Amino acid sequence: MSKTTEKMNWFQSLRERYARPRSLHNIGVLGMNRRNVSYISRYNPRRLFPLVDDKLQTKELALDAGVKVPALLGVIREQHAVKNLAAILEQCHGGFCIKPAHGSGGKGILVITRQSEEGYRRSNGQYATIGDLERHVSNILAGLFSLGGRTDAAIIEALIHFDDCFNGFSYEGVPDTRVIVFRGFPVMAMMRLSTSVSNGKANLHQGAVGVGLDIGNGRALRAVQFDKPILLHPDTGLNMMSLKVPHWEEVLNLAVSCYEMSGLGYLGTDIVLDKYEGPMLLELNARPGLTIQIANGKGLLPRLQQIEKLGHKKRMSIADRVAYAREHFSDNH
Amino acid sequence: MASRTPFYILVSILFLAGTALTLHRHIAFDIPWFPGEQRQTWSIEAKVDFEANGDPVTATLAIPNTQPGFTQLNQQTASPGYGLSFLERNGVHYAEWSIREATGSQSLYYKVDMLVDPFAIPPKLEPPTTTKPNVEKEPYASAAKMILDRATERSSSNYTLARELIYEINNQQQTAELLAQIKPKNIWITELLRDAGVPVRRIHALSLEDGRRRQPLIEYIQVYDGNEYEIFNPATGEQGQPKDLLLWQYHSSPLLEVVGATNAQVTFSMISQEQPFNIALNQKFADNDWLNFSLYTLPLEEQAIFKGILLIPVGVLIVVLMRILVGIKTSGTFMPVLIAMAFIQTSLLTGLIGFLLIVGVGLMIRSYLSYLNLLLVARISAVIIMVIGMIAIFSIVAYKFGLTEGMKITFFPMIILAWTIERMSILWEEEGAKEVMIQGGGSLLVAILAYLAMNLDWVRHLTFNFMGIQLILMSLTLVAGSYTGYRLLELKRFKPLTKVDNS
Repeated sequence: MSKTTEKMNWFQSLRERYARPRSLHNIGVLGMNRRNVSYISRYNPRRLFPLVDDKLQTKELALDAGVKVPALLGVIREQHAVKNLAAILEQCHGGFCIKPAHGSGGKGILVITRQSEEGYRRSNGQYATIGDLERHVSNILAGLFSLGGRTDAAIIEALIHFDDCFNGFSYEGVPDTRVIVFRGFPVMAMMRLSTSVSNGKANLHQGAVGVGLDIGNGRALRAVQFDKPILLHPDTGLNMMSLKVPHWEEVLNLAVSCYEMSGLGYLGTDIVLDKYEGPMLLELNARPGLTIQIANGKGLLPRLQQIEKLGHKKRMSIADRVAYAREHFSDNH
Repeated sequence: MASRTPFYILVSILFLAGTALTLHRHIAFDIPWFPGEQRQTWSIEAKVDFEANGDPVTATLAIPNTQPGFTQLNQQTASPGYGLSFLERNGVHYAEWSIREATGSQSLYYKVDMLVDPFAIPPKLEPPTTTKPNVEKEPYASAAKMILDRATERSSSNYTLARELIYEINNQQQTAELLAQIKPKNIWITELLRDAGVPVRRIHALSLEDGRRRQPLIEYIQVYDGNEYEIFNPATGEQGQPKDLLLWQYHSSPLLEVVGATNAQVTFSMISQEQPFNIALNQKFADNDWLNFSLYTLPLEEQAIFKGILLIPVGVLIVVLMRILVGIKTSGTFMPVLIAMAFIQTSLLTGLIGFLLIVGVGLMIRSYLSYLNLLLVARISAVIIMVIGMIAIFSIVAYKFGLTEGMKITFFPMIILAWTIERMSILWEEEGAKEVMIQGGGSLLVAILAYLAMNLDWVRHLTFNFMGIQLILMSLTLVAGSYTGYRLLELKRFKPLTKVDNS
């Protein structure tokens, strides 16, 4: 008797921790395998991947297409050029950010908020010496952070001045907006806010907060940390539901124009809001992750399939597609 | 969207062809589905190498015959340009190669198939003659005499005398070292026994282990009591013939004689084959049948290599399933397969301990290397050298403590270990120890599963004997590659989503 109850308990706890495939299917959750087979390999031609995997190429592409990106201060491609780093940095007053051209998952990004006699102040408040920065650059060049360990180039970019409207929502780090663009339609959006737990990084599995955004108006739908819904920011105690991304129309327009410029059908766009310049493209991702579904509390599949059903019948302008998405993918309707 | 029909047709063709090939081999060649239903045969290949310098060469190799435990099935030689004959002199069998003129390094092959047969009927062996050996000079003679006397005191028969004598020589370190100055130990043992009137001879035997290459012969001592004999291991004093010991040269005659050439040596490769009894006797593996894609037609050394290679698809399929169906993260896509291959060589527990030791210590040293501010290539190279150093140290320490198992640590692929350490170390710095545990644990779990699958006798039997299995594995991999359902771990990851609608 007790053995059967024990067995039942075990079974029940299993059911509590694991969803049934059918119920996930009903919500329309997109799984990793399906993403890879049905979306990435079908809509993203392999030859276009270098455009987004190489941030330098993305930048050039964006400049050609008139998409706003953070200013490029310098590029270091060779090990012997590392000693020029100090000279490059002297010219840029204020903050900058060093990143690998082929980095993935935010790896190898070093943010310096200001330079002073004490050294270079990192975003987490620690000071780095020029030696530390040079070592970081030579690590980048050697391919430490790049996909497959290929040799890489280091990009030095102007620091983004975050819009004040996110004060209190992000602990250190860059609050960025991820918009999934499918065949030119913005289908889902979320904001990633770093926390003290995530060490100022915007990676959700490291403890950053993901906030699902309403495509219709850029308002917060739901916030999650470690896949669990939360209401208040764990560090600052602000109500996450009061978050609203300003210039929402512009953000969506920027995201959608990335489809035109990159040609990738299933695209993740990372956008930051600069205090002075407005929305700027930070980077593109040809293999955007699936956590956005948890942040939104919704599956991607219904929206993707709705767009697939539209077919190629008529060519829609950027504004039309944004309007279509705002009308159909908003929770307020 | 492109039609999936051609894909499914391709997969079905592969699957059906694989099944058909497999069935064909089962029916036409009577290869059973399970490894147990068969007779084991050993194919042993002796390779005679020597340097010829233009003179006529005659090479004579003693070859084994049916003996207790083994029945000789058939023998072949490969020796282009050489004349060959099988001779018998005083009950001893030889293979004799001859050539008028040869230059450069020469390799002659002799292959024999021995059936493991508890009911073998060996030809009668003549006991060796007991000619008294020459008297040795002092102080060796009295030292030897002392050992022999002590062994004689404690023995009652030829066998017990041999056992005690080996025991005595192995224990009297100093005396043994003194004696070893003029003659090797095994010669002393035989001469002392002969001195005591015991018919005895040194024989050369081969320890049979599947897939071994370049094995040397091991010396044993054969002691007669009347017409019966027993085999003694001179290193341990152990009495009796071990199960997998094949006597190669067991007459009072040399193993290999090469006239007209220098640097002659002989090495052995062996492989265990599972064959049904009738096939083992008839050797039906004909080469003229194109459907007979049998690996048994390859040279033994290649067969031994293929036994390992053909297991890799099984390990790879396990990785594919674990990643696509379950969603386990591993560090390095196929690193688990390579680790599993190493586990096969080392046995699971030794391998696990060795792997954890090397990676653990490697991570510690690597954390120091990150302070040194090195370029990536140099750092990885440093890690490789470090791994080799650790392997050497662990082997020596293990050996000193008498843990011969510890020596097997050398089977680990060192470059792979170095990369694993490097990746884990970066992962540790960037994502923290938890992620290292997840990915490291995931890799080890997959490696253990792959090992368990690859180490199954049944799986080894199937992959080696049925080439069709490879096509089936291929089709399964292709099907797995187009699976678009959820992964097991995604069911857990997306569980919070199922609650949204209810709340």
